[in-house]
Amino acid sequence: MSTQEAQELLSLHHVVMEFKVSRRATVRVLDDVSFSVKEGEILCLVGESGCGKTTSGKIAAGLLQPTSGEVRFRGQNVWTADKATFRQYRRGVQIIHQDPYASLNPTQRVEDILSAPLLRHKIARNRREAHQQVLDLLRTVDLTPPEDFIKKYPHQLSGGQRQRVSIARALTLRPQFLVADEAVSMLDVSIRVSLLQLLERLRDQMGVAYLFITHDLAVAKYFAWEGRIAVMYLGRIVEIGPTPQIINNPQHPYTRALLSALPEADPKATRSKQRVHLRSLDVPSLLNVPRGCSFHPRCPLFEEGLCDGKVPELHAASNGVQVACHLNENEKVAA
Amino acid sequence: MESLRRTFRLLTYNKVGFIGLLGVIFFVLMAFVGPYFVPLDTKTKVDKIYEPPSKTFWLGTDSEGRDIFSQIVHGGKDVLVVAFLAGIISTTIAVVLGSLSALAGGGVDGLIMALADIVLTIPQFPLLAVLAGLVKFNNVTLLAVILGVLSWPALTRAIRAQVLSLREREFVEAARALDLGTKHIILKEILPNMMSYIAINLIFAMTAAIYAQVGLVFLGLVPFSGHNWGVMLSLAWTRGAIFFKDSLWYIMSPVAAIALFQLSLISFTRLLEEIFNPRLRTSV
Repeated sequence: MSTQEAQELLSLHHVVMEFKVSRRATVRVLDDVSFSVKEGEILCLVGESGCGKTTSGKIAAGLLQPTSGEVRFRGQNVWTADKATFRQYRRGVQIIHQDPYASLNPTQRVEDILSAPLLRHKIARNRREAHQQVLDLLRTVDLTPPEDFIKKYPHQLSGGQRQRVSIARALTLRPQFLVADEAVSMLDVSIRVSLLQLLERLRDQMGVAYLFITHDLAVAKYFAWEGRIAVMYLGRIVEIGPTPQIINNPQHPYTRALLSALPEADPKATRSKQRVHLRSLDVPSLLNVPRGCSFHPRCPLFEEGLCDGKVPELHAASNGVQVACHLNENEKVAA
Repeated sequence: MESLRRTFRLLTYNKVGFIGLLGVIFFVLMAFVGPYFVPLDTKTKVDKIYEPPSKTFWLGTDSEGRDIFSQIVHGGKDVLVVAFLAGIISTTIAVVLGSLSALAGGGVDGLIMALADIVLTIPQFPLLAVLAGLVKFNNVTLLAVILGVLSWPALTRAIRAQVLSLREREFVEAARALDLGTKHIILKEILPNMMSYIAINLIFAMTAAIYAQVGLVFLGLVPFSGHNWGVMLSLAWTRGAIFFKDSLWYIMSPVAAIALFQLSLISFTRLLEEIFNPRLRTSV
């Protein structure tokens, strides 16, 4: 699918998200996060746990309102738009959760789960039509024969099957954008690949764009090879660019550290791989984010006076990659 | 036909619960249909005082020679009506206020919780004793309303806590993303997940109402109006029935009726658990 002429679908502009942790203190979970996703495009959000990936996903899906900054859907700021526009956005963007055991209501059968949105939004005019569409949806997500699944309760399904139901539910409103929040992380490796293939097929057939959130770079590499990767660290995007560029030629020291921790299929390659030695293995607390570049206490390339002074902004590096690192501002960091 | 069989299988899935259900049905039939078949024996028979059970007097006779069984049959209705009404009133208040408290938050939440705390602090029995002096409790509905209005706070708090936890679940978030509406989220996503809990608490509220009511009557705080297991118990007590071996049937009959009905209700909750929680039943 060509992304050249595709239109911008959803974007975040300078989004800041703060949560109250006590009467006085707030914690800034997202700090100046901007990205945009075009129609049918895959943007993969990677980073350690607690870096703000899920919060970004919820903001993109409209489930959280950012403290400041804008969320735009087809160019319109959704939080200041009129009701009809917001509703269009709400239905156009769906979320697939990480835990297939928590994301389906245990008291509803598969048919109830899938037909509720169809009936509510008049996609199906009556129960019989809804029933047919539910069968089609189940076929779409490879739960065949669908008659076997339609009367089942979630607890009667396996983890992979539940996740397929949850994808089918996200598809009921024919969304243009899916936020997949660690959608395959809790599944067995064998099932993971088939689910990723399902998601890819949906993109090819229905033109769905993805914000694919994962902590696993291997999954990101597999799923988003034609798309882009954004690397997050402590609530900021530190590097964003086309997947092959990020994987083969990472610019930010944090991206490099993540990649060097990734085992290769070839054990020889893994052993000969240069490990990036972080100066500290602890992730700083969000309540006490380091001054300047928040990565500086761990960064192997730390330069005193430069890195702990000013927060680095994202700027263009080579081949469409943007990176937020002081050492990269004037010249490429020596590999 | 198929769905009938499925319902039957569902009902008999838990043996203890099913026996409880049968017990409840038995008592309801006895209390509401029984009086049409068993006339109330009000004639004093001096020569038949404290007779043991026989073919004519199934449960023997009381201190005035009247049939105990007929009194048991006629004495159930008031007890059951008060129990059902009080249970439904307190559970409804609890579900509505608890959900409102959790979903509205802020000042509404604070107000409801403060009110719950106050009602919880009031000792129920002394209050009922005082109220008995002010209002005439001869109206069954009034007694049920008072019992119901006094017993909602504990469940309200539990419901509030459950709603607070359930509304953060991912399936509720998914429903929000699907724009299914607040009504759907409350009635179809949150409420069904609390149903077994609510149903079981309804039963417990009913058993509590029975004890409160019988207790009030027994202590003589409620005027003896009509026939009622509590009245029987109180009469048996004041006639000194506990001191005679012969009068054992007189005092034990209402006790057994109350105890068996309570036991049926409590066993029935086991079945309710399974009806409302699909995870507990695997075969149906």
